[in-house]
Amino acid sequence: MKHFLDITKEHCPMTFVKVKLELSKMSPGDQLEVLLNEGEPLDNVPKSAVEQGFKVTSIRLGEKPHHLVIIER
Amino acid sequence: MEKEELSIVCFSGEFDRVLAAFTLATGAAATNRDVSMFFTFWGLNVLKKKQDHSWIGKGILDRVFNFLMGGLNKLPLSRLNFGGVSPKLMTYMMRKNNVATLPELIEAAKQLGIRFIACEMAMHILGVKKEDLIDEVKEVIGVATFLDYSKEAKIIFI
Repeated sequence: MKHFLDITKEHCPMTFVKVKLELSKMSPGDQLEVLLNEGEPLDNVPKSAVEQGFKVTSIRLGEKPHHLVIIER
Repeated sequence: MEKEELSIVCFSGEFDRVLAAFTLATGAAATNRDVSMFFTFWGLNVLKKKQDHSWIGKGILDRVFNFLMGGLNKLPLSRLNFGGVSPKLMTYMMRKNNVATLPELIEAAKQLGIRFIACEMAMHILGVKKEDLIDEVKEVIGVATFLDYSKEAKIIFI
């Protein structure tokens, strides 16, 4: 199943909170696409997902400031 | 990977300090840390079921103290409180700038499974009972148990 989350309008700490809560809903094999801003979200969302045992399969650097991170369980 | 642990002692009952505590707590829990929040003295006001001014306690002093302090809706700003107007203005500014408000952060903390702990001694002094506190408070403990829980944790006092 594919999940999608746009956190470009969120600020710390809700950027991380929303991703964490969405990750907790995922079953094995599910994929989450996160649209986020450069800076702290781009630096830390992929890192934090990996620390929680998820796989970051792609980081697509789009037109600044928005980027797409794909996380898989 | 072993999780880092964070224990936050929430001593303050001031709006801005409580906001800082919940920002830190939710940010830490969302980035894979195990977080506990230990509420003592004025911090207990955050956890009261009754969020406005209410007569909690048995004795006259308990009741007056708790009435004057109030709950979550009555937390003062640590500076420039202006009789309680400033926290409302601050919440308005936060909403306007798309920043999570204090009730939103508390809700996020609950969803993230952050452990809410109440201080037994402070509750005893202020005449606050466990049933006066929100249901997410699962434990009422003393300092020795709290320190035992926090053996591997970083402790932050707010």
